[in-house]
Amino acid sequence: MKAVFYYKTKKVTFNLIIHLFLITVSVTCLFPLLWMVSSSLKTQETIFKDMSLMPKEFHFENYYHAWIEGGFGRNFFNSIVYTVCVVIGIIIVASLAAYAFSRFRFPGKNLLFFMFMAAMMIPIPGSFVPLYVLLNKLHLRNTAPGYILCMINVGLSTSIFLLKTFFDNMPKELEDAARIDGCSKLGIWWHVALPLAKPVLAVVVVFNALAVWNEYVLALIIFDSKALMPLQVALMTFQGEFITRYPLLMAGLTITALPIIIVYLLMQKYIVKGVTQGAVVG
Amino acid sequence: MKIKDTLENYMFVLPAVVIFAVFYIIPFSWVFQLGLYDWDGILPTKTFVGLGNFSEIAVDKIWWQSMLNAGYITFIALTFQNILAFLLAWACDREIRLKNFYRVIFFIPPVLSEVVVGLVWQWILDGNYGLLNNWLVHLGFPNLVRNWLSDPQTALTAVAIVHSWKGFGWGFLIFLAGLQTIPRELYEAARVDGANAWASFKKITIPLMIPVAVLVAILTVLGTMQAFVLIIAMTGGGPAYHTQVPVLRILASMRGSSRFGYACAQGISFGVILMAISFIQYRFSKHSRQT
Repeated sequence: MKAVFYYKTKKVTFNLIIHLFLITVSVTCLFPLLWMVSSSLKTQETIFKDMSLMPKEFHFENYYHAWIEGGFGRNFFNSIVYTVCVVIGIIIVASLAAYAFSRFRFPGKNLLFFMFMAAMMIPIPGSFVPLYVLLNKLHLRNTAPGYILCMINVGLSTSIFLLKTFFDNMPKELEDAARIDGCSKLGIWWHVALPLAKPVLAVVVVFNALAVWNEYVLALIIFDSKALMPLQVALMTFQGEFITRYPLLMAGLTITALPIIIVYLLMQKYIVKGVTQGAVVG
Repeated sequence: MKIKDTLENYMFVLPAVVIFAVFYIIPFSWVFQLGLYDWDGILPTKTFVGLGNFSEIAVDKIWWQSMLNAGYITFIALTFQNILAFLLAWACDREIRLKNFYRVIFFIPPVLSEVVVGLVWQWILDGNYGLLNNWLVHLGFPNLVRNWLSDPQTALTAVAIVHSWKGFGWGFLIFLAGLQTIPRELYEAARVDGANAWASFKKITIPLMIPVAVLVAILTVLGTMQAFVLIIAMTGGGPAYHTQVPVLRILASMRGSSRFGYACAQGISFGVILMAISFIQYRFSKHSRQT
């Protein structure tokens, strides 16, 4: 009896320690974000004195000022446009290619597929240097299409890999039936293969959307005009110009982080799947 | 009919191949070409300097200092960040309450952008009005107060720790997925044989997790050596080159001093070093899988 009791207390203590550890790390993860939101609700006067997480009064007008005066509204809109365009582009281009790599036979197929995979493995640090030169030559620098095409290319290899792996493991019966019914290849891709690939498409969408929304360096070198910049670059520009306007900066950061956190919380199932699958790739 | 069929197949891969050729293969080949020239990026004339850029890199003190800095951040990421990630995964790999809650929380820092994370932490670590210094004073350690990001002694470590804060969620998820593949029967059998928790951790968990750990290590090294946006947001590379890293130097060569050829040469040198590192790690992982 005593031994059982001893065993139980030991187990309870052990679990308690584990929870304590996990809770400490969770608080460390969340606190900087809470501090960001809290700072965004203080005023220029109180932010340097009021060190409480809960401000005495909530100054939501900071968000209005950041949105209008700070110009983040414009940049928010840009980020949305770039993210949506790049994700749609990647879905169409990558799934067409992945479907062909998985189902069709044509000369040079393996070589082409190998090329995409090699691009995934070879690190080219500083690839933004030649991209800058290229976009200058094509007169695509400081334009939205230039940035969108660059970002489609960035996400292409991994997306093709994920989609091809999925198509490889997908039964062919439905496609065969559609072909007998006289459906064209393009029709089968659109009406049969893509709807069946929804689970993996969700992973591709979420990961590419996060990547575009959070991208900084290509946007930095491609855009000169403020009106075209996405949020990440605009935030750094704002910080450089108004170094001490912390409430507005924090409001801008919150505006930038919030959509990502919402998307993450809604789609976290697919993110976990993507990370573990992506890890197998690496 | 057959030719038409093949052409139709090519149409499927055409958009991907065109985008890839224009935005990957062409720039990739230009890097090697431009690396041999001295060029300001604007003038139509380029001066051929052969391997001049590379011999200049060999004696570029700031470049090698930035390499060491990246190595230091990577060292912190490999040890502190990955051990933390493993311990958290191990703690979550059991029947406990709130397991999913923790898993969701730990992956919030990785989904945020480096700019957001960098600027928020810069505000927390601010020397004059930062929260950390404020706490230190209130907790009775006023002698520890310092300008964390502009003090040469602390800037690099501060950056490395924030990098680990942002990155441990990746390792955590991969380790957790790895731990969940270990059959529970192994632990049962060990317990029946009289092994205590520590013994089964040492004899079952650790050996089976080595391949996963090598994978996480490779991803950590490749990711951390190339990290730089977080540093731009936190310190901009300062104080006085103390938090410079290679990719930041490449960006500076291009934008700061308008030396496109030199920037490309730096990119090639760094890429080769990264390939060498991942090759060594890959060999090591093959070896550890065999034994």
